Amino acid sequence: MTSTVAEPIVVARGIHKHFGHLHVLKGVDLEVVERELVFVIGPSGSGKSTLLRCLNRLEEPNSGSITVAGIDMLSPRTDINHARQHIGMVFQSFNLYPHMTALGNVTLALRKVVGKSRAEADKLAHAALERVGLADRAGHRPAELSGGQQQRVAIARAIALEPRVMLFDEPTSALDPELVGSVLAVMRSLRESGMTMIVVSHEMGFARAAADRVVFMDNGLIVEQGPPAQIFEQPAHERTRAFIGQIRQH
Amino acid sequence: MSAWEHFLRTFFNAEVMAKYLPDILRGTVVTVELAALIVVSGIGAGLLLALIRSLAIRPVNWLIIFVVDLFRSLPPLVIIVLVYFGLPSTGISASAFVSTWLSLALVLMAFAEEIFWAGITSVARGQWEAARSTGLSFGQTLIHVVLPQALRLTVAPLTNRTIAITKGTALGTVVALHEILGMASSAVSNSYNPSPLMMGAAAYLVLFLPVVVAARWIESRFAWKR
Ligand SMILES: Nc1ncnc2c1ncn2[C@@H]1O[C@H](COP(=O)(O)OP(=O)(O)OP(=O)(O)O)[C@@H](O)[C@H]1O
Ligand SMILES: [Mg+2]
Repeated sequence: MTSTVAEPIVVARGIHKHFGHLHVLKGVDLEVVERELVFVIGPSGSGKSTLLRCLNRLEEPNSGSITVAGIDMLSPRTDINHARQHIGMVFQSFNLYPHMTALGNVTLALRKVVGKSRAEADKLAHAALERVGLADRAGHRPAELSGGQQQRVAIARAIALEPRVMLFDEPTSALDPELVGSVLAVMRSLRESGMTMIVVSHEMGFARAAADRVVFMDNGLIVEQGPPAQIFEQPAHERTRAFIGQIRQH
Repeated sequence: MSAWEHFLRTFFNAEVMAKYLPDILRGTVVTVELAALIVVSGIGAGLLLALIRSLAIRPVNWLIIFVVDLFRSLPPLVIIVLVYFGLPSTGISASAFVSTWLSLALVLMAFAEEIFWAGITSVARGQWEAARSTGLSFGQTLIHVVLPQALRLTVAPLTNRTIAITKGTALGTVVALHEILGMASSAVSNSYNPSPLMMGAAAYLVLFLPVVVAARWIESRFAWKR
């Protein structure tokens, strides 16, 4: 990217994660600077989701250190609920609250975490829904929305809190092909507004067009990383080449 | 006297009914009070236990599961008798009313806890994760995200169980509780006439039929609204 000073906003060092006997992350280092879009690819089970979930401590790493926006995420003195406001997360399965309207989904944390009044929260939520192109769906329940619309509401729910960084875990994998574009368009406009983003996805076209850096993970480690053109066209490692070749066929 | 007249005089004897109506009404008041107390305290305690269980503190959960299984397996009648005749030997004595209330509330608590717990665990993990990722605390997530979804699933089984257990107030007769059935049966033995029993049955119908109908309506309402 051409931006001026590159402040690291996410710094993860030596992250290890075990699930019982399974060693899922084997010392991952990841640094993301402000306004950067980092794309994470890798075979199923390589630990991509686990890494993202460690960053906002949905998963507890066994060792290592994580700093997000200057907050030591693993310190017992850190108010994790406060810290998580700064880290938006979007899930493959949307995870909207089915008993609330789109507006209710977006306002809940604004009111309960940030402490906004209902009127203020409604205003901010409307603005967030506007940004994802769903201002006219504010009163709809998730069940009344398409998958693409649901995922955009989920994005609105996260960005309404004005996070410093957004984590996307396969945001389009559960969508019908014709709905993928609308979600990618929202992600692209987010990116243009300067949002720092870490995206786990197989959408190569999007990576090529929007990513600053592609990180290839395999077996709990980052194997290689670099600009999209380099990783996709001239990967240095055999495993990366094999993986890229595989997803090209789809 | 025709057979029909004989039947009426036996089961719907106006004199006897008039004489014992006040008793039956007093019994009805006792039943209503008792049922209300059982429902409120039993469901309240059941929900509280389910919430405590969701904190996932191992030894506490073992205790909860033990208590719940205990009260789900003992017949309510046995519990009432144990409380009423057994408690005094420990120095505490409970009236027939309190014994029946306590026993049935414990039974309802046990079943309600299981129903609430099943509802809470049926809410997808992704709901917790989404809510926590926006900074909501465990408690806020439980109250605003998980419980509203869980409660919807509990309405039907909980209403049915509640009706079944509140009808058990009639078991209070074994400890000489003056609720509807107790009043009716002592009136029957005093008057040598079964009419009071018919009044008692009528009182149960008046009390529970609307509740059963309402439950059916609630059930159908919550069934397909998802
Ligand atoms: N909560 C958990 N308990 C036990 N094992 C887990 C848990 N979460 C993940 N794993 C295991 O950790 C490994 C890495 O999982 P992870 O979800 O991070 O992979 P991934 O790279 O995101 O894969 P995918 O592309 O399929 O989403 C897998 O073997 C998975 O089965
Ligand atoms: Mg994954």
